[in-house]
Formats: sequence, structure tokens, C-alpha cells
Amino acid sequence: MTSAACNPPPLLEARGIRKAFPGVQALAGAGITVRSGRLNALLGENGAGKSTLMNILAGVLSPDAGTIAIDGRPVAFHSPREAQAEGVSIIFQELNLVGGLSVAENIFLGRQPQTPWGLVDRRRMLHDARELLATLDLDIDPATPVERLKVGTRQMVEIAKALSFDSRLLILDEPTSALTGHEVETLFAAIRRLKSRGVGMIYITHRLDELSAIADDVTIFRDGVLVHEAEFRSHDRGDYVRRMVGRDLADLYPRSPSSPGRPLLELDRLTVTRPGGSQPLVADVALTVHAGEVVGLFGLMGAGRTELLEAVYGLHPEATTGRIRVGEAAAVIRSPRDALAAGIVLAPEDRKADGLVLGMSLAENISMASLERTTRHGLVSRRLEKARAAEAVSRLAIKTSSTSQAVGTLSGGNQQKVVLAKGLACHPRVLLLDEPTRGIDIGAKREIYAVIDELARGGMAILVASSELPEIIGISDRIVVLAEGRVTAVFWRSEATEQAILHAAIPPQRGAVA
Amino acid sequence: MPPTPPTSEASHTATSVRAGLLPLVVQFRSVLALAVLVVLLSLTTDSFWSEKNLQNVLRQISVNLCLSVGMTLVVLTGGIDLSVGSTLALAGAVAAGLAKSGLRIEQWNTLVEFTPAGAMLAGVATGLLVGLVNGTAVTVFRLPPFVATLGMLSIARGLTMLWTGGNPIHDLGPAFSFLGNGRLDAVPFLGWVPMLIVVAGALAAVVAIVAGHTRFGRGLYAVGGNERAAAVSGLPVAAIKRGAYLWCGALAGVAGVLLASRLNAATPDAGVGYELDAIAAVVIGGASLGGGRGSIAGTVLGCLLIGVLNIGLVLLDVSPYWQQVIKGLVILAAVAIDRATAGRPASPGSSS
Repeated sequence: MTSAACNPPPLLEARGIRKAFPGVQALAGAGITVRSGRLNALLGENGAGKSTLMNILAGVLSPDAGTIAIDGRPVAFHSPREAQAEGVSIIFQELNLVGGLSVAENIFLGRQPQTPWGLVDRRRMLHDARELLATLDLDIDPATPVERLKVGTRQMVEIAKALSFDSRLLILDEPTSALTGHEVETLFAAIRRLKSRGVGMIYITHRLDELSAIADDVTIFRDGVLVHEAEFRSHDRGDYVRRMVGRDLADLYPRSPSSPGRPLLELDRLTVTRPGGSQPLVADVALTVHAGEVVGLFGLMGAGRTELLEAVYGLHPEATTGRIRVGEAAAVIRSPRDALAAGIVLAPEDRKADGLVLGMSLAENISMASLERTTRHGLVSRRLEKARAAEAVSRLAIKTSSTSQAVGTLSGGNQQKVVLAKGLACHPRVLLLDEPTRGIDIGAKREIYAVIDELARGGMAILVASSELPEIIGISDRIVVLAEGRVTAVFWRSEATEQAILHAAIPPQRGAVA
Repeated sequence: MPPTPPTSEASHTATSVRAGLLPLVVQFRSVLALAVLVVLLSLTTDSFWSEKNLQNVLRQISVNLCLSVGMTLVVLTGGIDLSVGSTLALAGAVAAGLAKSGLRIEQWNTLVEFTPAGAMLAGVATGLLVGLVNGTAVTVFRLPPFVATLGMLSIARGLTMLWTGGNPIHDLGPAFSFLGNGRLDAVPFLGWVPMLIVVAGALAAVVAIVAGHTRFGRGLYAVGGNERAAAVSGLPVAAIKRGAYLWCGALAGVAGVLLASRLNAATPDAGVGYELDAIAAVVIGGASLGGGRGSIAGTVLGCLLIGVLNIGLVLLDVSPYWQQVIKGLVILAAVAIDRATAGRPASPGSSS
């Protein structure tokens, strides 16, 4: 930073921030500088510590060390309320709106204007909300219940809510990940409007290409450390990626050349209907995964990746139609038990919600899906269980003090390895992986890629769903692209490029429906 | 990725509850409280260690032991069974009624006679049936456990009234009342030990093995700890939950039979409010009402603590009104200490 640095103190300056969680040092010297009226794009791999810093700035977490200053004045937030009082607002990836309440009620939740009698002044609330929405150029009725709005519109309501606190600093955590092209445009227009009013912004994203439209500065984290800050220049994008990853990409994806064997998983016209009817979540998907092959499944949010894997695993028996063959035989899969019996294992996307029992030990989690293998004379053998777990710990390089440690205390990467170990303990023929490296640090990522490669070499059929393009290109032999539940393209590893895959993943003509 | 050594303290509290020696450490607080109480009572009263008093304590504990051990299984899944007090009454009444006058079937104009043992088994089966209905309500009709078993609390009590006509059933015979009043006469040194506690203790031991060392037991912890993860792991979640209510109902049935045997009578208002003592024992024993955490060993200790406290307050001549207040305070203190020391690693959104 050159000229601007000597002028008035920045809106926000965080320096030397450190934060440790059990089992992982999330931040080890992070920081960021935001000036009013400018948008600072915060980049970094998953697990680089972006979200942790944002939570600290928003008062959700307290740092172990480091300083935060607003207008050059040191501050320490102990709650989101204190951060809001200083004009710092955060908009989380998971939206925090109450579905049953109206837009206006959500915006003024807990601060509704009152009449002299102490009742909520509904008319004024609606009026104020309407004004606020107008500043964002949003045409929605503030009396509409939030649950009737589309995700993109809800996001805008969140922004309106943040603005109602007179926010001077707005933190946006991957705001476009769930938006359609048209909604992204609306959001960007709102962002430009806010910048012109002097609001400073931190913008977290994985989509580098969208930044040239809005970013002024860029800040890059790697492994919890601030590694780069400068003015944003779009032709530096390649440089940014290198700084984020910090090493050569080929090094990261150790995929050995494969020689696929016989088909192990065959899907024919697999369809998953949506609860409400209308357009199916997965439509007529035909797909084959051979022994020793890694097939990547790419799609934008809502493309049906997760639903496809879950359907194959028997999690949506009522909604699924179509044929599944495993090995030589047709398989009837109506529950996870059926899937496991057929030799199919799923490592789910949300490991904390669907994959693990956080309060139980590593050994207990690993044996959970295959307890019959550790049962002797009707009783679970703890000795056998621990021995099996110890094997998995060394095979997958799980970092833990003992196999009786609670998985809730492990880092994300190690938790993901436990999910994997649980699946592998069932000795599957077909492995379904849903976002296997979401939110884990780069070292653990590489180890998981190596495990995937090793399993494929051992003859397993692996289907990996991922929303990270470099990852899916790096580890797959073939890449199947989904858009709106349909297969729109299939690429061989050699012919796959980010542009071609993205192009196939974008649904034709969206955005007409607001 | 700097390898920070995981904090071992946090890791222990969460898993420990069942592994090896650790339960003793976790439950040490209850043991300590129990020891303090016993020492206090030994010093302040001269009757605590009397054979009669010990028999009394153990007999009183037995019924709650059956109820709370069964309750533990349900609580482990994240559920609750409010109907155990009524189930106890119904099972006791069924057993007593059948033992006394058999079952008359009007249409066929026949009378089915029951041996005392047969009548007792029928009582236990009644409890099992109640458990089956509870389990079905929770798993098939997807009622919240609180609501399902609240309904059953009323239904089972009403059925007890219908069965007994609102009157106690007396004089069930020496064979029927043996379990409740007999002692281990044949065993050297232990001749004074009541049969009642032997039965309840043996059942608690069986349930401890079921909970700690079987696939079903492991499933209880998994379902209570994270139901979705359990389902995705292919566990039969509904069957596991149903199993918990079955055990709980059957054990409430046993408790009802034991109580009827001890009193040599079944009263239609037996067991009113017993569900609260059972829940208290479970909670004092370190279980989390949110599910996934707890142990039979802990519940047994909780049960002992409540039992000794009850008798102790009587021996110390504390007014019954104050007894209630003190019991409530003990429950609150136990859970507060548990929360403060054994707090699991905070998992955001773990409430679901």
C-alpha cells in the first residue's frame, strides 16, 4: 500500500491476529486493512483462516493475540452486539433470518419501532423497511414472509438488515455462492452503491473472476498467515492463485495414471424428484464408474451433485427412480443399509451433521458403520475396535493423541479422515465422496488426495462430487458436469479446462425468474 | 499446519463416560457426595448402619433403580419416558390381579388361573407392551417423546383405574410377596441382603452390559449423539429407539411387580411422580438429556445418592417439606457442576 497509507487512519486495521482451536492453529499472524468506500477481497484456500478472522472482527470469537483498531482507535469486541455498535456487520454464508417473519420484522428484529403505548409501530416499521430496500434498489414488499423469497433476495434482505445498523464496515462471506447470474448483478449494483456512500467492505470469495467488477484491494491468507496485501489488479490473478496455494499445483494432486477395469457402479436414468413436484433435482442421469477409476462430479450449487450421491446411497428412497447396478448385479437400494450391503459407502458433505458423532471417540466413530466386524459373541470388542482404529490412524495419517479421543476435538482435516476411515472399515467396492476436502487445510487436503489415488489403484470405483474446479480437474480421470440435475458434459482428464467445465455447468437462461 | 497438541482434558470428558476406568473419574463427584453423605449420617445418627436401616435403604432404592436404569437407555437416545410411574402401577395391578383372581373371559365363560410367577411375568409383559406403544408412537408416528409418553402417563394410569376399579388389590400370598420381602438367607454373611436389591442390581448389571458392550448399546449413543450421522452410517435408527422404549417399559413393569410384591398389594395410585425420581437419578448420574452421554454406572450412583439422601433426611428428622426443597437443590447442583466441568467441546448447532 503506498499513498493511501499516510492519510487518515483506515476504517479498520487488524494486525498479528492469532487464534487456536483444539487441534488446529487457525490463525497465526493474520491481519487486514479496510478503508472506507473500498472493497477488500479476502482470498485464501479453504482452511486458510478467512472465516475465523471474520468471526473475530464481528465479535463472535475472541482472538488469542493481536490488535484491532477502528479509525486508529484500538477496540476489543466481546459480542456481535459490541461489533455492531462500532458499525461492523457480517453477513454469514448461512443466512440468519427467521423464515416465518416478514422482511420488515427481520430487518428490525428486536429493535422494532414502538408506539408510545409500547406496541410495535407496524406502519413505521414497514415504511422504514421500504426506504431501506429502496436504497438497495430492491423491489419487494416488506410485509412478505422471508421464507417466500428466493435465496438471492434473502441475501439482499440480510444486507438491508446490516445497513439498518448504520454499518460502516460490511463483511460478506461468499455472498454469491448461492446466487444466479442476475442476482449477482443486483448484488454488485448494491455493493457499488454502498461504496459510493463510504461503506468499507471485506468480501470473501472463491470466484476470482467476479472480483474485477467490484474489488479495490486484495488480501491473501495462507495457513492462517497474512501473505499478501495490495491494490487489486485483475491481470495478477495467476499470481494470486500461486500465493494462495503456496506451491505447485501438480504437487498437490498426486494422481497416478490409471487403467480402469470392469464397471463397478452403473446408473441408468437415475432421477430424484423434488418434494414440491416441478423440476426434478436429478434427471435421467446415466453414469458408469469403473474399478480403479476416479470420476469427478462437478456442478454449481443446486445442480444436484449431493442429491445424486445421496440417492445412490439410498437416502431418498421415496423420491428416487431409475436403475443402479453394482458390479455384475442390479442393486435395489432403499436405505443406507442396502447400500452398505451392496458395497457402496458415502462420505457425506457435512461431516459434522451427517458424518460423525462428535462426542464419541475416534475408535467408536470408525467402527460405527461396520460394528458386526468388531463384535465377538454378541459383544463389541473394544480391543479389536481399538486395533482397527489404530490401523486406520496410521494408514490415513490421522493426527490424534489416542484412538479414544473425541472426534469433536480434532481439526477439520482429521475429522474428514475419520469419516473416510469409517467408510473404508466397511470394505466398500464403490466409494462416494461429497466435497471430501471442504473447509480443511491444504496439508490434509493433499493427504486425502493421496488416499483417493491409492484406493483407486487398489481397484475401488470412486465418485467424487466437488465444487472446486482445480481439485476436480486434479484428481479425476473423467469429469461429469451436472446442471439443473442433468448431465451436460463429460470430459476426460486430458481435455478438461476450468472454462469448459464452468461453461457446461452454467444452466441455460436463468435469471428470467426473479 | 502447525500441529497443536489436542487438549486432552476436553477429549476425556466427552468420551469417557463408558470407557474403562474413566467412568469412575467422571462419576467421582457422585461417589464423593455419596461418601460425604454416608459419613455424615454415620456420625450424626446411630441407626444408619443398623441392619434394618440398610435393608430399608436398599429396598427403597430397588424400585427407582429399575426405573432409572431403563430411563437411561431412553435418555441416551435423546428421548424421555414420562410414563414409567403409570406403567409401574399398571404392571403391578395386572400382576396382582392375575395372581389373586386370574383372568375371567366372559365370552368363553372361562377363568384362566395364574401361578404367582406367571402373574409376575404378565406384569412385566404389560410393561413391555406399554414400551412398544411408546416406541411406536415415537418412531412410526414421529411424536416428540415428551408428548408421546405424557399421553401414555395418562393412558396407563387410566387403565390401572379401570383394571382395579380404583381399589387396591391386597393379600397376594407368600409366594408373590417373597421377592419383595425375602432375603438372601442361604448365603453366608449376606443373609441380611434383601432379594429386591439382588433382582434390581442384577438387572442393572445386564443393562449396563447391553448399553456398554453391544451393538444396540453403541447405537443408543450414536443416535443420541447425532441421529443423522447414525442414519447415514446405516444404523437402524428407528429400531434402536424402539428398543430403548421397550427396555424402559419392561423395566418399569419389573419395578411395578417388585413394588407390588414388597407391599403384598397393588394400589391404583402407586408410582405417582416416580418418573421424576428416575429422571433425577439419570441426570445426577451425568447423563445429558440432549442424548448421547451418560452411563448405567452413573445412574446407579445417582440412584444411591437419592436413596441415601431420602433416608438420611428422614433419620435426621428433617421436615418433609424441606426434604423436597433439598432434593431439588441437589439435582440442580449436580447438573450445574456437570455442565461446568464436563462441558463438551462446543459444537455449533449441535442442538439439532
